[in-house]
Amino acid sequence: MTRVHDMGGRFGDGHVTPDAEDTPVFPEDWQARALAVTLAAGSLGQWNLDISRHSRERLSPKDYSRFSYHEKWISALASLLVEKGVITLEELKTGESTGISDLATRCFKPSAVSESIAKGGPVNRPGPSSSFSVGQVVKTVLSAENQRTDGGHTRLPAYAAGKTGRIIAVHGCHVFPDSNAHGFGEDPKPLYSVAFSTTSLWGHAENPSDEVILDMWEPYLDAVNG
Amino acid sequence: MLDLPILGLHSFRMPHDHDHPHSLLPSDPALRVKALETLLIKKGLINPATLDEIIDTYENKIGPKNGAAVVARAWYDPEFRQYLLRDATAAVSEMGFYGRQGEHITALENTPETHNMVVCTLCSCYPWPLLGIPPAWYKSDAYRARTVREPRKVLADFGVKLPEGQSVRVWDSTAEMRYLVIPMRPSRTEGMTEAELATFVSRDSMIGTGLAGHS
Repeated sequence: MTRVHDMGGRFGDGHVTPDAEDTPVFPEDWQARALAVTLAAGSLGQWNLDISRHSRERLSPKDYSRFSYHEKWISALASLLVEKGVITLEELKTGESTGISDLATRCFKPSAVSESIAKGGPVNRPGPSSSFSVGQVVKTVLSAENQRTDGGHTRLPAYAAGKTGRIIAVHGCHVFPDSNAHGFGEDPKPLYSVAFSTTSLWGHAENPSDEVILDMWEPYLDAVNG
Repeated sequence: MLDLPILGLHSFRMPHDHDHPHSLLPSDPALRVKALETLLIKKGLINPATLDEIIDTYENKIGPKNGAAVVARAWYDPEFRQYLLRDATAAVSEMGFYGRQGEHITALENTPETHNMVVCTLCSCYPWPLLGIPPAWYKSDAYRARTVREPRKVLADFGVKLPEGQSVRVWDSTAEMRYLVIPMRPSRTEGMTEAELATFVSRDSMIGTGLAGHS
């Protein structure tokens, strides 16, 4: 089974409402603060990108659905800070600090911001050689589940599970989120771009000549003979 | 001080689905952020000046004008276009646009045969160094849910109708590869400078929900 964030293909969401290109980046000040607090807390080094993504996905379905984007961020951050022992439940409840944290020495300094953003965090790594090549037909595993951790993080969307596609690009090895989100290390795996025809994904394809392309790690894929 | 009930918090050391510490924060999102920010400052874990610097970066320094400069150069300089299509990460890095949430870039070329569109169904992955923070609609449930199933109806929401015979490729950003669409160059732009060309490149045209030269 999957979680509510895995919404690709879902029915019932209504129209997309475009905005003007000059709409403010942060229409409300708290949205900007939510993003900045999340990035600053992330630089304390107590979790990685995949853990923080999974913390948003683990919001209850009710909260995930009613929260706006930045509300998801700040709420998942609060949960993560408690889970990792950076703050205590009591501190969260009362708003009163029990003292300066041992991690305060890692506090993200204003002078380090531009360099840190420019440096980024590449995820390509040395790793096993690729089993598949461009043009090869593959099938995704039947279930969009983390294969090691029950209810764990995965980047195989449910709509693309158990589907047949073809490899259109080989990207070398990238950090494997299904492992990295759960403390099992980066465990780099070959990453591919896989193209699926809309007729293979949907019972009522909007246009049979269209395709959907997903980036898939090798453990999500099986070879198709012939 | 916050006075809020504890709900179902009997086991909080491990990340269990039934424990949601955030429920201790105020329900109003602005107060929720303020409460957490204030606590983290008191504990010496975040610096308010750092927050201001991060916000200034994404409000004023990094945004769609970066991506527009890349597209304009690709239209202007055929050699750069080939470089961008072959190794976009290197090509945009040379223009100073490498960075957080843009460590691995692929450029997608729109042609009369193929129109490319980018989505992230699982969250809202987006090429930050090229386009900045994603717009609200990109993060909406409707865009995330519908784009992979009915991209042409989603395009209609943006007032875009593709010509007969042009197929759609939707790219679902499931990994750390970030995608930049190179829209087709509008007609009657011959002889223009890169800077002039860049004015035709909208944010939406680089996501694939718009066409260059159209608003």
